Amino acid sequence: MPDPILPVSIPSVSPVPAAPPILQVSGLHKWFGPLHVLQGIDFSVAAGERVAIIGGSGSGKSTFLRCLNFMEMPTAGRIALDGTPLGRAVGKAAPGKPDEVRYPESELCRVRERVGMVFQQFNLFPHMTVLENAMEGLVTVKRMKKAEARERALRELDKVGLGGKTDVYPGRLSGGQQQRVAIARALAMEPEILLFDEPTSSLDPELVGEVLRVIRQLAEEGRTMLLVTHELGFAYHFATKVIFLADGVFHEVGTPDEVLKHPRQERTRAFLERFTEFSF
Amino acid sequence: MDYAFDFALVVETFPILMRGFVVTLELWLPSLAIGLAAGLVLALARLSRSRLLRGGSLVYIELFRDTPVLIQLIWFYYAFPILIGVQLSPFTAALLGLALNSSAYGAEIFRGGIQSIARGQWEGAKALGMRRADVLRRIILPQVFKLMLPAFTNRAVEVAKMSSLASVLSVHELMYQGRLLSSTYYRPFEILTTVAVVYFVLIYPATFLSMTLERRMAGKG
Repeated sequence: MPDPILPVSIPSVSPVPAAPPILQVSGLHKWFGPLHVLQGIDFSVAAGERVAIIGGSGSGKSTFLRCLNFMEMPTAGRIALDGTPLGRAVGKAAPGKPDEVRYPESELCRVRERVGMVFQQFNLFPHMTVLENAMEGLVTVKRMKKAEARERALRELDKVGLGGKTDVYPGRLSGGQQQRVAIARALAMEPEILLFDEPTSSLDPELVGEVLRVIRQLAEEGRTMLLVTHELGFAYHFATKVIFLADGVFHEVGTPDEVLKHPRQERTRAFLERFTEFSF
Repeated sequence: MDYAFDFALVVETFPILMRGFVVTLELWLPSLAIGLAAGLVLALARLSRSRLLRGGSLVYIELFRDTPVLIQLIWFYYAFPILIGVQLSPFTAALLGLALNSSAYGAEIFRGGIQSIARGQWEGAKALGMRRADVLRRIILPQVFKLMLPAFTNRAVEVAKMSSLASVLSVHELMYQGRLLSSTYYRPFEILTTVAVVYFVLIYPATFLSMTLERRMAGKG
């Protein structure tokens, strides 16, 4: 698949086989009412890994990503950060059911500080300028001094190519620019893991490139990232590991070559064929 | 039209009306401020996860919205001594009635405003590690204030006019003075026209300020 943005694969920086996982998920289930969206997922991510998560709509890929920073609360299963399970099990809700886990707000905030997220809809704060958006987490969460926060926010905005737009309100920016501000806002917090939830899905096609270029740059820096995407070409060059999610389970997991070029599962092949159906 | 408008009477009684004007102002601004502050607290209770807080605030809001303000004012004046043995001054009873009544309406404005902010705003802020209280203070409420400014202005105008009801408790505010003067001089037309003009002069700057604010904020974002 030709890809103008990533002609060559990024050399993978670390995955030393013995690198301990930063984030570890075991037995993750998510129900939305009667809908069993995630049906038992075990997963871990180590420093320097870049994971692309693909799958059809409704497969649960966004829900999975959103459980990792508790934008969605897991119905069952535990998530551990640096080997320490998060939340407190408060006994069984009913016989045969899994433990009910409670999460104090302070703990969730600590996790989210370390696991940043970029959303499909950007979710910038419209009443704040670009600079204020990028400073907000530093000032409110990290209690950083204004001048210091400003300096770091400017650095990240420069990095995403928006150093000249600091005093503009998000409403005046294109979708691609807004998404780059959102990336800068997440980066400013210096997270250990970055989650991207379909970061280019709501962009006009001609704006996708500028956002993917920024994500590629982050990959080259060796950052740990998880990306839910429909951009399979980008996923191929970006990822150290690709996960094909279907019906709430990991259907196929492997290197980009394994999953995207030589899928073993019939279901994966059928999914990939839909993407190449109209290629030329 | 043969009626001769008695300007001399207006001039003569104006200082008395001005005394009423000051009392109206003293009723209006504090009851509005208390009402909005209490309204925010009530709105947060309405949206809280606790069933008790939700239920309690709902009962409070509906009680104050669904009964006449006039009765509420009289009630605070006459029922308080019976219920808790405390006799409020007419002014305090009126202030309390107006403030609590505004808080019920304010609560509904805040609730509507908070609920109208897209869920993505909560998520964007939480994903940075912000606490719920910080999300409200830094992200949600500033947007609510901006969105709800016209509704708040409406409420402010309503409360200014509603404060005239305090005249039934003999609070010496603008309306009380007007009614007293018009029955003293048998010139209700002159006096009440003047009273209306004074109310206008009181309220118009507030709506003007609000429109200016709205325009200035529309330039952003």
